Amino acid sequence: MFTPHTDADREEMLRVIGVHKLDDLFADVPAAHRFPLLDLPPAFTEMEALMQMEELAGANETAHDLACFLGAGAYYHYTPAVVDAIIRRGEFLTAYTPYQPEVSQGTLQAIFEYQSLIANLTGMDVSNASHYDGATATAEAAVMAYSHFRGKRTRFILSPSLNPQYRDVVKTYMSGYEHELLGCDSEPLGKPNDLTALLNDNTALLVVQYPDFFGRIFDFTALIEKAHEVGALVAVAVNPIALGVLKTPGAMGADIVVGEGQPLGIPLSYGGPYLGIFATKKEYVRKIAGRLVGESIDGKGRRGYVLTLTAREQHIRREKATSNICTNQGLMALAATVYMSFVGKSGLRQVANLCYQKAHYAAAQIGKVPGYEVKTPAPYFHEFIVKCPKSVEDTNLHLLDHGILGGYDLGKDYPALNGHMLIAVTEMVSKDDIDALCEVLAEVNHD
Amino acid sequence: MNIPSNLKYTSTDEWVKVDGNIATIGVTDHAQEQLSDVVFVEVTVSVGDKVAKKSTIATVESVKAAADVNLPVSGKVVAVNEDLPQTPELVNTDPYGKAWMIKIEMENLAELDNLMDAAGYEKHTKE
Repeated sequence: MFTPHTDADREEMLRVIGVHKLDDLFADVPAAHRFPLLDLPPAFTEMEALMQMEELAGANETAHDLACFLGAGAYYHYTPAVVDAIIRRGEFLTAYTPYQPEVSQGTLQAIFEYQSLIANLTGMDVSNASHYDGATATAEAAVMAYSHFRGKRTRFILSPSLNPQYRDVVKTYMSGYEHELLGCDSEPLGKPNDLTALLNDNTALLVVQYPDFFGRIFDFTALIEKAHEVGALVAVAVNPIALGVLKTPGAMGADIVVGEGQPLGIPLSYGGPYLGIFATKKEYVRKIAGRLVGESIDGKGRRGYVLTLTAREQHIRREKATSNICTNQGLMALAATVYMSFVGKSGLRQVANLCYQKAHYAAAQIGKVPGYEVKTPAPYFHEFIVKCPKSVEDTNLHLLDHGILGGYDLGKDYPALNGHMLIAVTEMVSKDDIDALCEVLAEVNHD
Repeated sequence: MNIPSNLKYTSTDEWVKVDGNIATIGVTDHAQEQLSDVVFVEVTVSVGDKVAKKSTIATVESVKAAADVNLPVSGKVVAVNEDLPQTPELVNTDPYGKAWMIKIEMENLAELDNLMDAAGYEKHTKE
């Protein structure tokens, strides 16, 4: 065990604070609770510990072991080996916040490249160094809009087809601000234009998702124009893989683009760590949360990278800052950077196209299985809704028995969509997997 | 340090120029010296807003710090310097002239009595 203090250090510290022995520091904890007996098994050797951990881990069934049709915000994609090889380098893996440019050029350059790639992918002017995940990035968009209007606009409209978890996190973040949240209770499978009725001159922000939670693709240009007519900002939550083939939100006039960066070379893990994408127009750059890295030149004219526009951040502006979040997902942003650099523009388009084609094949096949109905109208990306004859829970249990991880149970978030499953298809799913899914679905209907 | 004698001052380094019931507000030469190069100014109130004394009316950001500008007297905003956000360096070069921030129609002229004159402010900056 590594302990930084010697006995002499400890004695000196105790003497300085006027305490005789270490136990005296715990005098205020009731004696009965001070040193409870821990009923632990005998210590393992490293070899034994590893064997036990491997045995426990072996009990998991991961996306890797199954044919995965589960998405709903986190997606199973192929991660090229180069991603892990680079992010595991000690210089990146253990680096802390790069305050000091003179010793952090590598980390800073990686973040700068991440920002450049994201700005390009989303069609926006500027990206920050990232947030925790898609949900918190979306919440930061709400906080930014509130701050942009200095609290004078208090209406926030969230599309019902924005990821329900994102909506929950926005709700939590906004609980300390005077505001009204609208839109969540609208018809889940409504059209974007349904939301225009909610827009008024008190609207700070409208948030839509692209492709939406149900996989549908809408061009939001007209909706964004309507929002701008009343002076509101619009945030678009994206799946970055889909942007390999779709028109950018920037081209639609979006003010803010947020999104979950996990599909860009980050494993599903157990729900995290993921990557919150946040990009915006240049005019809002001083209102954004989080870190920003800029490129500059040093005294000798050499290119260098530094944290920039830091005065907007909480460590200088304190309670007046837009947000108190300075943290970024440095390592995950690096993974996304390596992924995007490695697959490149044509590779990303190929991944997106594979997802799209396989999903449309899957939808066509499932549509032929008696009792099932595909409810997502085209155009959709790599996710679609299937109405099931049996409960989604029972259907999924049956699928799991056949090594298939079924879709997301939409009834959990949308009572009106009880018995509806959201199926995601990525490049990791083979034609055989899709055909096997259809066979088992047919069996479930006959049982 | 430049401290014009025709202005009134606050302990938080704002200046006030009084013309009838209209007060023009900015930050002092001393303030800009402390901040160093100003890179961003945002006036956070709009014409027509009723603003109470001590509220924040603007944020000034320099290469090393961000500072709030607080209103010395209550009243209604009648003008905002729209040019300042595009030319924040005026806070350094002309703090008492082109870098004025807002004009206020004062509610209560008695609030001016709490402000310092040039001599008082000069003494304050040396403390």
